[in-house]
Amino acid sequence: MKIMVAIKRVVDYAVKIRVKTDKSGVETSNVKMSMNPFCEIALEEALRIKESGRASEVVAVSIGPAQCVDTLRTGLAMGADRGIHIDYTGALYPLSIAKILKALVRLEKPQLLLLGKQAIDDDCNQTGQMVAGLLEWPQGTFASKVVLEENTVTVDREVDGGLETLCLDLPAVITTDLRLNQPRYATLPNIMKAKSKPIKKLTPADLEVEIRSDLEVVEVTEPPKRKAGVMLSSVDELIDKLKNEARVL
Amino acid sequence: MRIRGLLGAFGGRAFISRVPIFSRSISTLVLAEHEGGAVKASSLCALEAAKLLGEGNSVSLLLSGSGPSLQEAAAHAASCSRSISRVLVADWDKFSYPLAEAWAKLVQIVQQKGNYSHIVAASGSFGKNILPRAAALLDVSPITDVIGIRGSNLFVRPIYAGNALSTVRYLGSDPCMLTIRSTSFPLESDSASHGSVDVAVDTVDVSTISEDESLKKSKYISISSQDKERPDLGNSRVVVTGGRGLKSAENFKLIESLAEKLGAAVGATRAAVDAGFVPNELQVGQTGKIVAPELYMAFGVSGAIQHVAGMRDSKVIVAVNKDSDAPIFQIADYGIADDLFKIIPELLEKLPEKK
Repeated sequence: MKIMVAIKRVVDYAVKIRVKTDKSGVETSNVKMSMNPFCEIALEEALRIKESGRASEVVAVSIGPAQCVDTLRTGLAMGADRGIHIDYTGALYPLSIAKILKALVRLEKPQLLLLGKQAIDDDCNQTGQMVAGLLEWPQGTFASKVVLEENTVTVDREVDGGLETLCLDLPAVITTDLRLNQPRYATLPNIMKAKSKPIKKLTPADLEVEIRSDLEVVEVTEPPKRKAGVMLSSVDELIDKLKNEARVL
Repeated sequence: MRIRGLLGAFGGRAFISRVPIFSRSISTLVLAEHEGGAVKASSLCALEAAKLLGEGNSVSLLLSGSGPSLQEAAAHAASCSRSISRVLVADWDKFSYPLAEAWAKLVQIVQQKGNYSHIVAASGSFGKNILPRAAALLDVSPITDVIGIRGSNLFVRPIYAGNALSTVRYLGSDPCMLTIRSTSFPLESDSASHGSVDVAVDTVDVSTISEDESLKKSKYISISSQDKERPDLGNSRVVVTGGRGLKSAENFKLIESLAEKLGAAVGATRAAVDAGFVPNELQVGQTGKIVAPELYMAFGVSGAIQHVAGMRDSKVIVAVNKDSDAPIFQIADYGIADDLFKIIPELLEKLPEKK
C-alpha cells in the first residue's frame, strides 16, 4: 500500500513573529522556517506504518514556492521514499490545496492520505477535511491513535468531549493531532541518502487545477495588548485584589 | 450547479460576487449541536454571530440526530431565541452520532434547497470537523475560527497562535461559510428569553443521504465520557489550570480541589496532558480549547506561546510559578513568583466558600 503525506513549510513554532508595519502580513524574511509540527507527526506516522510492513512506499508532497524543496528534503531524510513539489508562488488557500491534493491522489492512488490537522501559521484546520470531501473518502481528523486493519483503519480522535473512536474504510484521509507520536530526527546518514531520492516537480496547471482566490487579506494587525500586570507577594494580597480590584471573586 | 457552468462561460464567478451587498438579502443557516434535549450553548453563540452579518438576516437552525432527544432539542430551538425564524430537523438513525461525511452531505442538500447566503457553525470539534468538508462539497473557501464580524463578508480571525489578527474579505459566491469562536460571541443576557411564536419546524428529507453508499465507509465506535460534574471548560466563569509544575497526576488533585472551592473548571497545558496528569479534553491552547473566562488561574504554567493562545482573552489572569522569569508573568494581571505547593494550600485555606 502507498501512503501520501502532505507537508507544509511554515515559520518555526518557537519564533516570536512580528507583524509588518504596513499591515500587509507577518514578517517571514530572515525568519527560521521549518516543517509544520503537525505535518512532521503525519510523516512520522506514515513511516511507522511502512516500518511495520503495512506500506511499501511513503510519498511526501509539498505545495508552494521553490523553498518547499528544502522541507521535502527533510521529509526524505526522515525516511519518505520520494517527494513531489507542486510549484506555485501565489497565495494558496485550503480549497486550492485540497484540489491539488485530490488531483495528486488520483495520479498516485495511495490508500491513505495523511496531513497535519492544522498549519501553525494560518491555523486554518481545513485542508484534510476539504480533500476528504472532494475525494468522498472517510475522514479521521485530530487523530491521537491510528490502527490499521485489513481494509479499515481505526482512529482515536481528540474531541471536545474526550476521545472518540471511529472505524473508517480504506482509502481514507487522516489528520494528525499532537499526541499521535513523537517524530524522529533525521540522522546524518539519512540526510546524505536523501540527496539522491527523487523529487518530481509539477505545477497546478499540469494537474489541471485552477487556483482561484475567493479570499482577500485586507490587513494583518497585532492583537490588543493587555494592560501590564503586577507581581504580588502574598496570598492575602491576591485575594484582596481579586475581590476588591478585579471584582472576580 | 448548472447555473455556475453557464456563468463560467461569461467570465466566471466574478459575475456573482460583483452583486452589491445592499441589494443582496442575507439568510443564514446555523449548524447546531444539541445535547440532553437542548441546543448547546456554543451553537447559540453561533446564532449571536449570525446576527452580526447584517440587517434583515433570516436565520435557520439545522439540527440532526434521531429519536425523542432530537425532537426535544427542536422544540427548544424553536423557542429559545427571537432571532431564529426556522428550525430544520434531519432525523435518521445514522445521525445519532454526528459523523462528518453524513453531515457534510446534509449541509449540501439543505443549502441546495435553501440557497443561504451564509452558513455558520461554532468552531468546536463538531464545526471544525464538518464545515470545511461541507465547504468543499459546495466549492467555496470557508473562513474558520472567526473572532470578529465586520459586515456580511468581512471577518477577523487569529493567525500564528493569536499573535496576529487577519482581516479577510470573502469574494466568492454564496454561501459564505464560517466557523466562529464561541468565546468571541457570548450569549446576550436576553438570549434566554423566548422566541417568536411562529417558528416553523421543518423536517429535512434525508432519503438521498440515507441511500448514499459512500456514507457507509465511516462508523462511530465509542467516546470516552467526560466527568460531567465539573463545569464545562468552554463555558466556565472561572478556570484553574495546572501545568508541568504540578509534577504528577497525584499532585493535580490540588488543582481539582482549588477548582472545586471556586466552582471552576479544570484546565491543563499540553505538557500536563502529554505527561499523563490529565486527559486531553482539559488542554487549553492553540490546538486545544480556547477559553475566555472572567478569571483564569495558572499554576506551574510557563506561559508558552501555544498555551497563551488559548487563554489570552480571559478577563483576569493570575499566575503562580516558582520561576519569576516565566513568560506567563508577561501576560498575567497578578503574578506570584512562589512555589505553587505552598500557595495553593494557602488559597484553599483563605478563599471564601463558594456560595
